[in-house]
Parts: sequence; C-alpha cells; structure tokens
Amino acid sequence: MKYLSYLTIGIFFGIIMYKSEAASWFRIYEMFQFGSFHMYGIIGSALVLGVIGVQIIKRNNIKAIGGKEMNLHPKRKGVTNYLIGGIIFGLGWALAGACPGPMYVLAGAGYFSILIVIASAILGTFVYGLLKDKLPH
Amino acid sequence: MNLIYDPWPWYVAGPLIALTMFVLLYIGKQFGMSSNLRTMCSIGGAAKYSDFFKFDWKAQRWNIIVVLGAVIGGFIASQFMSNNTVKINPEVAQQLSTDYGIESAGEAYLPTELFASENLTDPFVLAVLILGGFMVGFGARYAGGCTSGHAISGLSNLQLPSLIAVIGFFIGGLVMIHLLFPLIFS
Repeated sequence: MKYLSYLTIGIFFGIIMYKSEAASWFRIYEMFQFGSFHMYGIIGSALVLGVIGVQIIKRNNIKAIGGKEMNLHPKRKGVTNYLIGGIIFGLGWALAGACPGPMYVLAGAGYFSILIVIASAILGTFVYGLLKDKLPH
Repeated sequence: MNLIYDPWPWYVAGPLIALTMFVLLYIGKQFGMSSNLRTMCSIGGAAKYSDFFKFDWKAQRWNIIVVLGAVIGGFIASQFMSNNTVKINPEVAQQLSTDYGIESAGEAYLPTELFASENLTDPFVLAVLILGGFMVGFGARYAGGCTSGHAISGLSNLQLPSLIAVIGFFIGGLVMIHLLFPLIFS
C-alpha cells in the first residue's frame, strides 16, 4: 500500500517533467541561452510556493503523517564542495540536457540513448565515492 | 490548442512540482532524485570499494519506487499525452541549426543528432552522452544534491549551501553552453 503511494507520486512527477518539457534537452539549452522564461518560470514558481509552504510548516509546527518531524534538516555548512560539485553538475546538465529526475522519465519515454547517460551518471557517483576522502569539501 | 497534447505552461508545472515536494514531506520523506544513483551503486555492491556506499540502502527503497514511477510517467506522457516535439524560441533553434548543425528543434523531444539510437555508433555522440552523464552523477554527489534536492527542496528551506550549489549549477551550465559548446560542436 505504501509502495503504491510512492509509485503514484513517481508517475505524477514523471508526467509533470515530460509534459512541462523540463525533460527536454532543447529546453535546457534554451534556458542557458536565456531564450525563454519557461524553465525559470517552472523553477521560480515551484520555489516561491516551496518557500511559503515550508515557512507555514515551520511556523505552525506541522508534522508529517504519523506525527513525525518533517524532513527539513539544515544542510551541512560549507562552500567548496557545493560550488565545485555544483559547477561539475552544471557542465553535465547542459551537455546531456538532463538532470537525475528527467533521466528516468526519458528512459520510460523510450529513448534508448538515455540509458548510456544514466549508466554514466551511476559511474560518476561511484567514482565520487572512491575519491571522496581525497577531494576538498 | 489541444488540451491533451499541448505542453503544460510553467505556471502549471511549477506549482505541481512544489506539490510533489510537499506530498513527499507530508509522508515523512523528501524530494531528491540524485541520491538514487548512490543507492543503485550500493545495491550493485559498491560498498566493497568505498565506505561511502556502506549505508542502509533498504531504507531508500521508497525513492527507487518513485524512480520506477517516473519511468512509468514518462511512458504514459510520451505515449498518450504528447506529440513529442518541443518548440523553443525560434532564434535559439536557428542558432542551434546554423552554429552546430542541430536541426531537430520543433520536430523532436530530444535532438535526434544526439539521442537517436542509430547515432550511438558515432564515437563523438557516445562521448557526449558518457561525459555529460558522468559529470551529472559525479557533480550531484560532490554537491550533495541536484536540481530537485538543492534548487527545489534546499532553496525552499532557505539553505545557504543549496544557494551556493545552484549558483554552481548555473556557472557550469553557462560555461558549457557559451564557452565549451563552440569548441565541442563546431
């Protein structure tokens, strides 16, 4: 039953990503060319509602289902890993035109080539795990 | 105007993404997609090679199910809810065609020049896909999150580290498109 709700959320999310064209390489390229408001509108409106909603949750101490605390933990402080990691991610995002959510959506849409991108992303994660202790954080 | 096949505008998609995040928070989880890549490494036995993959991945099964749902969602949307073409700004489409020979804007969902299966035999295309994917996976884990975890979840929670990461995402993206694309694709 629980798994059915996760599956439903995933299906819902997948349809949003595909239908909004946020999963399209072209939209990512256009965004970095400042050619349209579309992607900025998607991220921006999600963010405005997200900030307002999180503030409402915090001020009213709203709990998750079953009375548990919501998963709103502060991120570990720092600059180096967020900035360098972020830049590397951005380079890949613009080149492959897909971030980790849309990758799976595109796999479902039948783009065989995206499986190469997903496998490479898993490899990239694995290599990070190997090098983690040697990298500045 | 076709209600089923037309793409959703930003003011529909953005609020629905926020809703996705709040539903996940409400059921005690959080919105973040790239952590699944780490989970997949652990499932594949990566803990033998690095302690980074030694964690209770079974507690992350829920997120793998979300991924499975996203795959199904992509199938449903592409099969029944879309004509699978993306119309971008005509000037940007023209520039893609003139400068880089990518001419499928407006005719495909992804550029056929890079994503058509028959082009996988082209070492250049293969290198672009591998390099792009590798940097996404490596960078997301180094930065501790991706577009969903930092740009949506983290920024919604007003986290400074997420802002730094998102600034990084845009530096990387702008460098790739404006400085490296002319070298890679010309």
